[in-house]
Amino acid sequence: MELVWVIVGMFIVTFGVRFVLYARAEKVFLPPWIEQALRFVPVSVLGAIVVPMVLMPNKEWDLSLTSPWLVGGIVAFALGLIRQQPLLTIIGGVVAFFLTKYLVA
Amino acid sequence: MTKGSAFRFGALVSAPMILGGVPFGIIFGSLVATSGYSVWLAVALSAIVFAGSSQFIAIGLIAAGTPAWVIVSTTFIVNLRHFLYAADLLKYVRHLPVGWRAVLAFGLTDETYAAVRPYYANGRLNEQTGHWAYLGSMVTMYSMWNVTTLLGYFVGSQMPNLSTWGLEFAMVATFIGIITPYLKTLPYWSALISASVTALLLVRLPNNLGLLIAALVGVSMGMLTEYLQRQQQQLPSKG
Repeated sequence: MELVWVIVGMFIVTFGVRFVLYARAEKVFLPPWIEQALRFVPVSVLGAIVVPMVLMPNKEWDLSLTSPWLVGGIVAFALGLIRQQPLLTIIGGVVAFFLTKYLVA
Repeated sequence: MTKGSAFRFGALVSAPMILGGVPFGIIFGSLVATSGYSVWLAVALSAIVFAGSSQFIAIGLIAAGTPAWVIVSTTFIVNLRHFLYAADLLKYVRHLPVGWRAVLAFGLTDETYAAVRPYYANGRLNEQTGHWAYLGSMVTMYSMWNVTTLLGYFVGSQMPNLSTWGLEFAMVATFIGIITPYLKTLPYWSALISASVTALLLVRLPNNLGLLIAALVGVSMGMLTEYLQRQQQQLPSKG
């Protein structure tokens, strides 16, 4: 049954990527320049996930101020920069998203 | 923090992303059902592989009759970004027994990384009990993912237009809330802007390749900006 091998293979590569460094954690010490580079991982990866979702919902550009994704994204970003409280950022962004969504619809 | 309160803390800070993941899990389950596969395929993918976006890609490839090795290599590329997360969190799990590290590696998703990483950075989580918060995050993510997969498989077709509800925005807002505290110096702005622009330009590349390349571009630009800043500061000031 080929599907079994698909699952086994997917498990091996997924878990492998996540575990290979942890497995030898007591021996693996990353050089300082890599540690410095890794500081930029959260901003880079999360930005690369979020920005296309906000500017291109459904994979099409939508920069109108009636786009809930754009409005919610801008409000969350502004709140995050000004107040720096994650919970406020989340709530503010979500409220702006749904307000725009239902006012427009 | 005690073990129990750290566990609850991890679950709590993951809550918006768990909410945001609900529609994805339901859509995934219903996708397996409408593709005509047994519930065991849905369960096996969510319970054993546990990697959201690669599960969506895999079910599409399976339905198209793609050879196993292509599906497995595609999964590898899609999930390669988790290697960066593991490298980044390595210093916080190094002291743990290997069994603990294996469990934590299994749960190293975008969401759990995003949930715990800022609190390791600001000191709320540390070596004593941080791994319990990490575990709390992954257990709640895992439970949500498997429950919603089953829900989607059996009743997904009766929940119309789920993808237009916009619950996914909770995840977007959470990620934004994690990004913004970093934006105090130029190198982080540089990383964010270059990664975002790259991701937008490469949005049509298959298999999350655009995301992977964007992450590497962002990290490199952050480093480069920091290097240039340092060079500038070291220049002897004239006059």
